[in-house]
Amino acid sequence: MNRKLKTLLLPALAAAVMLATLAGAPVPGVHASPAATNLTGAGATFPYPLYSKWFDMYHQATGIEINYQSIGSGGGIQQLKNGTVDFGASDAPLTDAKLKEMPRRVFHYPTVAGAVVLAYNLPSLKEPLHLTSDVVAGIYMGKITTWNDKRIAAVNPGIELPAAPILPVHRSDGSGTTYVFTDYLTKVSPEWASTAGKGTAVNWPVGIGGKGNEGVTGLVKQTPNTIGYVELVYAVQNKLPVCAVRNRSGRFVEASLDSITAAAASAASNMPADFRVSITDAAAADAYPIASFTWLLVPTRIKDAEKGRAMKDFLAWMLVDGQKLAPALQYAPLPEAVIGLERQALDRITVGAT
Amino acid sequence: MPASPMANAGRRAIAFPRLSPATPGVARPQPPPITRETVVPRTRSRRPAPRWRLADTAFRVTALGFALSVLAITGAIAVELFVQSAAARHAFGWSFLWTSVWDPVFSKFGALPFIYGTLATTAIALAIATPLGLGTAICLAELMPRRLGDGLTFLLELLVAVPSVVYGLMGVFVLVPLMRSIGAPIERLLGGIPLFSGPVYGIGLLTAGVLLAVMIVPYIIAVGREVLLAVPQAQRDGALALGATRWETVRQVVLPYARSGILGATFLALARALGETMAVTMVIGNRPEIAASLFAPAHTMAAVLANEFAEAASDVHLAALVEVALVLFGITLVVNAIARLLILGTRGTERARA
Repeated sequence: MNRKLKTLLLPALAAAVMLATLAGAPVPGVHASPAATNLTGAGATFPYPLYSKWFDMYHQATGIEINYQSIGSGGGIQQLKNGTVDFGASDAPLTDAKLKEMPRRVFHYPTVAGAVVLAYNLPSLKEPLHLTSDVVAGIYMGKITTWNDKRIAAVNPGIELPAAPILPVHRSDGSGTTYVFTDYLTKVSPEWASTAGKGTAVNWPVGIGGKGNEGVTGLVKQTPNTIGYVELVYAVQNKLPVCAVRNRSGRFVEASLDSITAAAASAASNMPADFRVSITDAAAADAYPIASFTWLLVPTRIKDAEKGRAMKDFLAWMLVDGQKLAPALQYAPLPEAVIGLERQALDRITVGAT
Repeated sequence: MPASPMANAGRRAIAFPRLSPATPGVARPQPPPITRETVVPRTRSRRPAPRWRLADTAFRVTALGFALSVLAITGAIAVELFVQSAAARHAFGWSFLWTSVWDPVFSKFGALPFIYGTLATTAIALAIATPLGLGTAICLAELMPRRLGDGLTFLLELLVAVPSVVYGLMGVFVLVPLMRSIGAPIERLLGGIPLFSGPVYGIGLLTAGVLLAVMIVPYIIAVGREVLLAVPQAQRDGALALGATRWETVRQVVLPYARSGILGATFLALARALGETMAVTMVIGNRPEIAASLFAPAHTMAAVLANEFAEAASDVHLAALVEVALVLFGITLVVNAIARLLILGTRGTERARA
């Protein structure tokens, strides 16, 4: 009897398993956790090291858990739109069109500022290379093709430049880093604006692509005569030499936490109410010209009261305690003026069902 | 053609022992000798019949269900890709397949450079890997002592399990500098021919092809060796007895006998090469451009998907990427169909020869 049961059961079981597989429970995705004091977010990869530190410290301080997935700004925006996360994070501000697509009104809160630096591989060079905005645009447009070009030599007097072809390296994956860099090029070069434009991925006139900051860093490190743009921290960690770039007031500035904060501060005086501001090519005397804020994207109305309070509390914490953690991880803290504006803007978030 | 009548005999020789003893006899209980006693209490011997019939049906249905689920998954992929790419198909039509501009900012998309890159790298990889793999397989199966061959095959099978990102890193740190130093003199010598024109960065189409070859060669060797070992010893003995040398035996008897299996091994490798993503994107330069030179950077379909999907700038961009996936799916389908036809063809000629 027992054996008979078994022979019948086994195929039946297999059939059941198969049916279950075929029917397929709907993919769960990332649902806002039912526990009230949990927040979930998704988005930018660039600030991830800092964010994970923040969320950890904040959890220790308050017991509120924040889960953050660094899946890229685009993915974060998509998830926020679908309502599967409580907040998003992006290295580029949303366009008006993207904001309109959002089912809820979304507000931008800058968290820290970062810089995109031009790293290069010219073993013969000892001093840091100086570049102007025209030269940077010229190199990435394919107008300046050799290192000993007159236009490069003109801003690097006394330096012997090799007669080698320039190999520009860019990101092959869509990224906020590319957005910041092409935003800068679009501002300084009308020709760039009309041919390639700005975006997380663009149609590069010349050069080769590396995947991720680490991909570009690797290519520049491995290949002589290259130049590539990466986040500051990657150049620092890999000890790559980086260019000093001439800013709008005519000074050659290297990227540093001070020069990035200076660029951020210059935006404070005419900061738009929604904080969607570009700080590339900033006017301040010692501002590094290829810098940007990175933003948290927070819905202005949060129905779940506990979540809403947690979100606001975290933003307030981030503006005070969070900023102190930034420099150690190579992120530039927000200038005081911007912190003041953001603290006022916290009132924009309404909590509860009203 | 001394081999042909023998080939036929040999095949029958393996076909028979495989089929006959394995199936019935062993599994079923031996029928007891027919005596009066066995005839009278029939119940015991008859009982299993309906039980087994039921289990058989259940088994058949389950197995059919599993088989159909494979079809369903393949079909679902095709349908999903077709539906999701609607925006791009409507915007660009068939011209998507033969235009070469890929501009996410201005929403112009053409997939030709990616199609070219995928086909070219795969062709290079196969051109290198097939003779190399086949030669190694012959050596392992025909010339080496069996035990040594087994040991080496074990090592080869380890290579199959290496993750492709590891191959990619090997490519970046070993192959790229190597290609740069080998490519430079070739370019100096043959630079006049467009196929070998510079500059040689070490990153590019040829490097990706060579890396792919390294990745797929273990497949060809492992499967090829098994196929060669399956050739009946009688075939070899017959050829040797007729006075053939080792080389003649392999070339005129063993290889023709194993031809369809070898083709199968090659196409398994081909499928892997078509879809390989990570390792390729790390060494190919990710430049959507069709250049005559083997040293020039290029791009592949799988690589552009991996690179741009997470941060696709717009809905059309996303749809264009899905359409690239659809094209890749189609190409894989066509290539596999051709492979099947070729294998069928060789079987046909074998039958004709026999």
